[in-house]
Amino acid sequence: MSNHPVAEAAKDDIEYAHQEIDHGIQPRAIGKTVMEMKNITLRFGGVTALEDISFDIREGEIRAIIGPNGAGKSSMLNVINGFYHPQEGEVWFHGKKRGPMKPHQIAKQGIARTFQNIALFKGMSTLDNIMSGRLTKMHTNVFWQAIWSGPAEREEVEHRRRCEEIIDFLEIQAIRKTPVGRLPYGLQKRVELGRALAAEPSLLLLDEPMAGMNVEEKEDMCRFILDVNDEFGTTIALIEHDMGVVMDIADRVVVLDYGKKIGDDVPDVVRADQNVIDAYLGVPHD
Amino acid sequence: MAAETSGSGDTFPKLLRANAAKLGDLPASREKEYGIWQSWTWAEVHEETRALALGLMELGLKPGERMAIIGTNRPHLYWSMTAAQMVGAIPVPIYHDGVAEEMQYVLEHAEVAFVVAEDQEQVDKMLSIQDRLPGLRHVIYSDPRGLRKYDHTTLHPYDEVQKLGRDNEAEHGAAMDQTIDATTGPDTCVMLYTSGTTGQPKGVVLSHDNLLVMARSAAEFDGLKSTDSAIAYLPMAWVGDFIFSMGQSYVTGMCVACPESQDTLMHDMREIGPTYFFAPPRMFEGLLTNLTIRMEDAGRTKKWLFDTFIAHAKAVSAKRKAGEEPSGMDRFKLWLGEMLVYGPLKNTLGMNRIRVGYTAGEAVGADLFEFYRSIGINLKQLYGQTEASVFITQHPHDAVELETVGVPTPGVEIKIADSGEVFYRSPGVFKEYYKNPQATAETKDAEGWVATGDAGFMDERSGQLRILDRAKDVGKLANGALFAPKYIENKLKFFPNIFEAVVFGHERESCVAFLNIDLNAVGNWAERNNVAYASYMDLASHPEVLKTMRAHVEETNASLAEDPMLSACQITRFLVLHKQLDADDGELTRTQKVRRKTIDEKYADLIEALYSGAEKASTTTEVTYEDGRKGSISATLKLNDANTFASKQAAA
Repeated sequence: MSNHPVAEAAKDDIEYAHQEIDHGIQPRAIGKTVMEMKNITLRFGGVTALEDISFDIREGEIRAIIGPNGAGKSSMLNVINGFYHPQEGEVWFHGKKRGPMKPHQIAKQGIARTFQNIALFKGMSTLDNIMSGRLTKMHTNVFWQAIWSGPAEREEVEHRRRCEEIIDFLEIQAIRKTPVGRLPYGLQKRVELGRALAAEPSLLLLDEPMAGMNVEEKEDMCRFILDVNDEFGTTIALIEHDMGVVMDIADRVVVLDYGKKIGDDVPDVVRADQNVIDAYLGVPHD
Repeated sequence: MAAETSGSGDTFPKLLRANAAKLGDLPASREKEYGIWQSWTWAEVHEETRALALGLMELGLKPGERMAIIGTNRPHLYWSMTAAQMVGAIPVPIYHDGVAEEMQYVLEHAEVAFVVAEDQEQVDKMLSIQDRLPGLRHVIYSDPRGLRKYDHTTLHPYDEVQKLGRDNEAEHGAAMDQTIDATTGPDTCVMLYTSGTTGQPKGVVLSHDNLLVMARSAAEFDGLKSTDSAIAYLPMAWVGDFIFSMGQSYVTGMCVACPESQDTLMHDMREIGPTYFFAPPRMFEGLLTNLTIRMEDAGRTKKWLFDTFIAHAKAVSAKRKAGEEPSGMDRFKLWLGEMLVYGPLKNTLGMNRIRVGYTAGEAVGADLFEFYRSIGINLKQLYGQTEASVFITQHPHDAVELETVGVPTPGVEIKIADSGEVFYRSPGVFKEYYKNPQATAETKDAEGWVATGDAGFMDERSGQLRILDRAKDVGKLANGALFAPKYIENKLKFFPNIFEAVVFGHERESCVAFLNIDLNAVGNWAERNNVAYASYMDLASHPEVLKTMRAHVEETNASLAEDPMLSACQITRFLVLHKQLDADDGELTRTQKVRRKTIDEKYADLIEALYSGAEKASTTTEVTYEDGRKGSISATLKLNDANTFASKQAAA
C-alpha cells in the first residue's frame, strides 16, 4: 500500500494539495467567512463579560474558544446564538449584519447548540429527544399533525429517517427507546449532540462537549466531532478547557481571558504564546 | 428433509448459485439498520456477492490468495467471504476486537493480500500496521463514516468495488464462472485462526467438503429447514459462526439475521425470534443472572408467580427424568404456567420460537441447564472443535443429559486413548495447520485420527460422551490425588456472584483460588443494601462481599467432599482479584477462556502469598486499555481462609 502524503514532506501547500488529490483525498474545504464578530462588548450591569472582541468563523472549520474559568467563553457562545445581546459591536452572519433576533429565529437560520449542563427532556426517550431537534424543520400545521395522515405522516417518516441516521452515526442504537434521565452522563452528552445535529445546522455550537468525561469518553466524543465536521461539512465552534483536546481537533483557536481576546491563531502558535501560557498557569504579581 | 428443499453443490459459491435459482424469493440475510430490518433474498445475496467478487477480481485478487475479513456480524462481510471464494481466493475471518498488533501476526502469517474491514476503527488498525505488511495490497471498507478524507489509492468503499464488478460483468463474468465451476469440494474453503489458548494462534485450513458435509450432517440430525432462522452475533472468526451462519444457512436455505449492534442483541433477538440458536454457557448465565436480578426488584405478586411456577417446572422436569409421567394436575399447572410465566418469559428472552438451541465450549451448571429446559426451551449441548469443523458429538432431541455432551454426529468416529484423551475421525477433519506441518502431524495422525486435548470417557449407561477437563490441565496434588481445576472453577462460577475463578493446586499441598466478582450481581446487591462503592476494586474488597465469597467457596468445598475422585481438591485459601480478568491483558482468550500460564506468571506473587499463609498481599498489575495503551493498578488484597470438609468416602 502506498503511503499517505505528509504536509512536511511537500515543497509547498500547492504541491501538498496536489498530492492529496492524487491520493483521492478531498482537501478540507475551509471556505469563506460564515460568521464575524466585530468589536463585541457585553456588560452585565457593572461587570464587563466581554470587551471589544473580534474574530471570525470560516466555513467548514472547527473553531475553538478557550480560556480559563470565567474568561467569558459561554457568554461568547450565547452572543453567537443570540441569547445575549451585546451592548456594543456587530455580529455578521453569512455576509449580513444580524439585527436583534430571538434564539428561535437564529435556530431557524441554521445555528444549533449543546449546553454545558445538559438540557435534555429527561423523561423522554433518546429518539424523542433527537426528534425534538427537528422542530424547526416541521412544516405541517396542528390540524394535519392531529389527524396524522397524508402530509403529516409523510413528513414524520422523513424526520424519523433523519433521526435514525443520526442514531446510527452516533452509535446509540441500544438506547433508542431509553428515557434519557436513566442514561449515564457521557451518553446524555452524545444524545444532546444528536439533537443538535437533527436540526441539520450549518453552524454547530458546542459548549464544553467533553466536560466531566473520562479519557475514553473524550476520545469517542472527539471522534464524533471530527466525523460530523467531515461527513456533513458542518462548521463547528466549540468551547473547551481541556487544552489537549482543543489542540488536537481545532483548526483555529481564540483565547479569552477576563473578557479580553489574548490570542487567535492555529493551535501550534497559540500553544507557544506566552500570554496564553500565563493566563493558564498564572504569573507572579509583584 | 432439509437438504432437499435447498440447492445442491459441493462448494459455497455453487450452493449460493443453486439457492438463488431454487429459493430465489426466500430471505437469506437480514440486518437491522436505521431501526428497521432490511432483508435480502437468496437471489439478491447472489447478485450482491457476485458483483463484489467481480470487483475484487478487477482489483487483482487472484486464485489462491488470502483475503482477511475483519468486523462484527454484517451481511456484507458474510457475502465477502463467498465473494473471495468465487474468485478462487481464500477468506480469513479475523477476530475484530483484537488490537492491531494481535491482528498483525495473523495477517502476516496468512500472507493476506486483501482486507475487507467493517469500518473506520478496523481501517485505522490496518493503516497502523500496513508498513509491516508488504503483501497487503488493498483494503475495502463497508461503512464509510469518517473515512472520506483518507488516502484512497489502496482503500476502497465496498459499494464502489461492487459497482466496478457490475461494470465488468460482461468482460469477466464468464471467466469467473469458470473458476467457480473448477473449484470442487476438496479445495480450501476458509482459514480460521484458533484463539490460541496456548501460544500463537494456528491457521486451520478447512475444505468445502469439511464444512459442507458436517454442516449438512448436523442439519439433518436436527431437522433444520429453509424456514428456520438464526441470529449471527458470535465472532465471525470463530468456526461455530462460520458453520451456523454460513454453512448451515447455505445448506438448508435458512435466514441469518445480524443484530443492529452488539448492545442491541437482546432486543433484536426478541424481534427476530430465531428458531435455531447457539450461545456459549456464559451468555445463558448472563441472561439468567439478569433475570434473577430483575425478579429481585419485581413486585411481590410477580415474584411469587415466578418462584412458584419455575419450581413447578423444575419438579415436573425432575419427575420426567426419573421416568415418571406427570399427573393431570401437573399438566394443568404447566399449561397455566405457560400462560402466566414461561411464555412471557421466553418471549422477553426472544426464545419463544427456538426449536433447537445449543450451548458448548464450557461446562454448564445444573441449575442453569435445568432452568432453560424446564421452561420449554430445547437446549442441548454439543462438543466440537475448529479442527473438526465444529461437530464431534451432540445431544439427540430425546436424550439430553447435563453431564454428557451427546452422541457422535453422523459420520464421526470416536475413540478414547489409554491416557483418557478423546480422539475422533470424521469427514470434517481439517486439511492442515497453515504453514505448520509439525503441528499438523502432532494433532492428526496418518489414519486421520485427531487428538482433542480433552480428557473424557464414554458414559456406559447413556452411550454418550462425557468430558472431564483439558487433558493437560488435569494434574496431581502433592499427595497424588487427581486435580481437575476447570471442574472446580465451573462449580464456583455457577454462583451468580462469581464471574470467573482460577484454581491452583498442581503439585501443591492444597488448592487455592482467585475469584472475580460479577459486577452486575454484586453491584445490584450493593445497591439494595445501601453499600457505597467507588470502583470495581472497592466493591471487590468489601468485607461483606468477601464474606459471601467465602460462603460460596465453602459450599463448593462441601459438594467436592461428596465426589470420591475430587474430595482432596477442596479450596483452603482464596482471594478476590482487584481487576476483572481480561482478554486485552492476555489473561483470557478472545473466546473468554482462562489462559492459565499467563495468570500463573503474572500473579505468581499472589499465588505464593496464598500458600505462605499471609493475611494480606500487595500487588501491582499492568492493564491494557482498549486502544492498546498500558497502565497499571496496584492494590492490597486480603487473603482469606475457607473451611474444608471431611471426604464422605473417608468418613464411610
